[in-house]
Amino acid sequence: MSVNISVKHAFKKFGDNTIIPDLSLEIREGEFLTLLGPSGCGKTTFLRMIAGFTQIDGGDFYFGNNRINDLDPSKRNIGMVFQNYAIFPHLSVRKNVEFGLKNKKLSKDEIEQRTNKFLKLMQIEVLADRMPDKLSGGQQQRVALARALCIQPQVLLMDEPLSNLDAKLRVEMRKVIKNIHQSLGITTVYVTHDQEEAMAISDRIAVMDSGVIQQLGTPKDIYRRPYNLFVSSFIGRSNIIEGHIVIREGVAFVNIGEYEFSLANIQKSHMLEKKVIVCVRPDEFYIERNTGRGIPSIVDDCVFLGQNVHYFMHLEENGFEVEVVEQSALESEVLPGMRVFLGIDQERVNVFTADGSTNILRGVYNDVL
Amino acid sequence: MKKKRKYDGWIIVSIIIFLLFVLFLIYPLLGILKASVIDLKGNFGFNQFVKFFSQAYYIKTIFNSFKVSLAITICTLLIGIPLSYFYSFYNLKGSKFLFVISILCNMSAPFIGAYSWILLLGRSGAITTFFRNKLGIEIGSIYGFDGILLVQSLKLFPLVFIYMNGAFRNIDNTLMEASSNLGCVGIKRFFRVVLKLSMPTILAASLIVFMRAFADFGTPVLIGEGYRTFPVEIYNQYVGDTSTDHNFAAAISVIAIVITALVFFIQKWATSKYDFSLNSLHPIEKKQPKGLSGFLMYAYSYILVIVAFIPQLYVIYLSFRNCDQAVFKEGYSLVNYQLAVSKLLGRSIKNTFLLSFSSLAIIILLAILIAYLVVRRPNIINNSIDTMSMLPYIMPGSVIGIALVMAFDSKPLILTGTMMIMIVSFVIRRMPYVIRSATATLIQIPMSIEEASISLGTSKIKTFFKITVPMMTNGILSGAILSWVSLITELSSSIILYNNKTITLTMSAYVAISRGNYGLACAFSSILTLLTSIALLVYLLISKSEDLKM
Repeated sequence: MSVNISVKHAFKKFGDNTIIPDLSLEIREGEFLTLLGPSGCGKTTFLRMIAGFTQIDGGDFYFGNNRINDLDPSKRNIGMVFQNYAIFPHLSVRKNVEFGLKNKKLSKDEIEQRTNKFLKLMQIEVLADRMPDKLSGGQQQRVALARALCIQPQVLLMDEPLSNLDAKLRVEMRKVIKNIHQSLGITTVYVTHDQEEAMAISDRIAVMDSGVIQQLGTPKDIYRRPYNLFVSSFIGRSNIIEGHIVIREGVAFVNIGEYEFSLANIQKSHMLEKKVIVCVRPDEFYIERNTGRGIPSIVDDCVFLGQNVHYFMHLEENGFEVEVVEQSALESEVLPGMRVFLGIDQERVNVFTADGSTNILRGVYNDVL
Repeated sequence: MKKKRKYDGWIIVSIIIFLLFVLFLIYPLLGILKASVIDLKGNFGFNQFVKFFSQAYYIKTIFNSFKVSLAITICTLLIGIPLSYFYSFYNLKGSKFLFVISILCNMSAPFIGAYSWILLLGRSGAITTFFRNKLGIEIGSIYGFDGILLVQSLKLFPLVFIYMNGAFRNIDNTLMEASSNLGCVGIKRFFRVVLKLSMPTILAASLIVFMRAFADFGTPVLIGEGYRTFPVEIYNQYVGDTSTDHNFAAAISVIAIVITALVFFIQKWATSKYDFSLNSLHPIEKKQPKGLSGFLMYAYSYILVIVAFIPQLYVIYLSFRNCDQAVFKEGYSLVNYQLAVSKLLGRSIKNTFLLSFSSLAIIILLAILIAYLVVRRPNIINNSIDTMSMLPYIMPGSVIGIALVMAFDSKPLILTGTMMIMIVSFVIRRMPYVIRSATATLIQIPMSIEEASISLGTSKIKTFFKITVPMMTNGILSGAILSWVSLITELSSSIILYNNKTITLTMSAYVAISRGNYGLACAFSSILTLLTSIALLVYLLISKSEDLKM
């Protein structure tokens, strides 16, 4: 029922601005792929090109073996869920959900049966005869989802559907969407700027910036081994520190000031003495209170958050500000004003070329290459 | 990759509407322009304009119209704003009553007010004779400037009332509280904060009142007597009892259009100086009227509204009195109504309904289509359609009447004397208001709703009819009802275009008045008032908001 999507060299410009210069992407049948990126990166534009609401200025779009560039949006058999739900305010919930079925040649009974099935799936059967202005935000979103799914589309497109909901509801609806996907298996393209949301529901994530996919991979791969500095900074939190590589007896070491750690999994092509950027996530630091092995830092502030403690420090040498997260310990508290030493977890840390464009470590997966 | 232009059915709709506008709007307008500078022999010249401006007799008409319209505008502001203030900021008992009666005062036929005030305060009016005989006091004449001022102020102040209600409703309560906090309360706050915030609305209301007063025919023709205003002058020059000069009438029309356009642009310029936006999260909390000031508030509001409405009630009362031509006699009966039946009452009612409903249907259809073209498909053709649709704003009713007669009096398209030309006139007059209302409604419908429908497999045309139009109709419906009332009481162009076959209730009433058949006129007018009231009741039941756009 579902289908794979193949995009080759998509191009889009508005007036003199080129939004998408050259985008190629293979979306597998039945997968849940998220387009993730900051505002203005082109993710919604690209989604709307797949849907047919934004004109395709260049490139080829395929659903399976069918080229859909010239196909009218109403004929592409897509289900679309919009950010503002776009529920028809003058129709009841039931009439909304069955709306798409009226265009297919189905009998009245079949329509009623299918509508009931999806009302039940989204747990809104009790709301079937209510009017949209009497629904909460979460309920409206369920109606929008039921309506899109009811026509049994081959592709499901969702444009930031959860951004208008409050935090708790967002987490709940995330679970609903993921469950639906697992039971129905429709190829889904999802757009969001919330990276936690992307990580929670996606099979693969395409991180975008300025119309270019920076990295395409599973949430784990993208978080653990980001392809470049942009991806590293966008996903999770990163401290960005300058350092340089020193090679002794065939082993690469990263020097940050006086501190040094070895880099076992560096790519051979990058085994050169050069400046690099070290990206350390707050939990990839460890605080040495006594031994002196580490980057000397002064603690500015500590915030106790229950499970973790967040430290805000600055490096003694250049005043650079870093954020460190540690599990709450019972003894030897670190207090503001103290001088500590920061060690780096060399297994988990990521190191990039000086211009931030490439991760120099092994084990980086980017399906877009 | 070559770009594909989407040629869908809307291009055809654009072209058809464009051509319709050119035929029924631009062509007559050009006809008037032509007639004003080219005389019957075909010579070009500005002698008509010279004739107008060189004789004080004629310049006076424009000057008079200006003077009285300005006075009316100021008067309506002076009486309407306090009423609105009391209504919006205080909990007046019976406020619904005040609201409904105010609208009824405004929506009556143009001449009923003048006519009934004459019956009350004219030379042998009921109140005049009462004062003369019982109290020995001679009330001055109601004819002329004073009469027009009185009648129109009492008819048009509801416009100010409604507009200002809308403005006051938009003032956030916290603005009032902040003002009090900074030491500015009461009357000072009213002038320094409330009025200033409402300036754009005050200007908008002033413009509407001024234009209505300026173009009004029914009141000055009955009560103006020696005080000549230009709509009456146009009518006299075109249809008049003495000599008629069509070219001269055309010239006066052109001058009228220019003046109206000027006022329109001045108002736009003035409004642009007040460029701020209000958003009201906390509506004004109404206070209880207390003590002496409370009593004065009630007195002012009720006296104003009742005085404004009395004329209509008086006309209804008189319709049941025995009457012989211009003299009312003792005793009550239905004789006036019986006379009405013999004087084409049936045909008048039938025509009124037929013309108003068919015009309304055309107007709504055009408004929905044009709103869609302008909001969703802006291009050169549709933008010019939008601009052309605004032209009737600056064309007084009399001018539209003349323009249509001049254009369609001869081959290839003869429409004079038909229902068609009445319908065309009605559509032209009312169309801009409904288009504005439709456009405002459509702008609030997000594109994503239409896209959702398309994504579910519905074609664009089907989406338009099943989704867009139903969503728009709710917004237009209440405006449509008010437009219908406007249409059944239309006078200034009907009087030029009608004939015995196409006569309406309004025209029948007017004819009766001009022939001195007062009882008959009262009967026709009362039926008109009844229809208006029913329509307004329906409107109030349907519409949820008090934001009327008249």
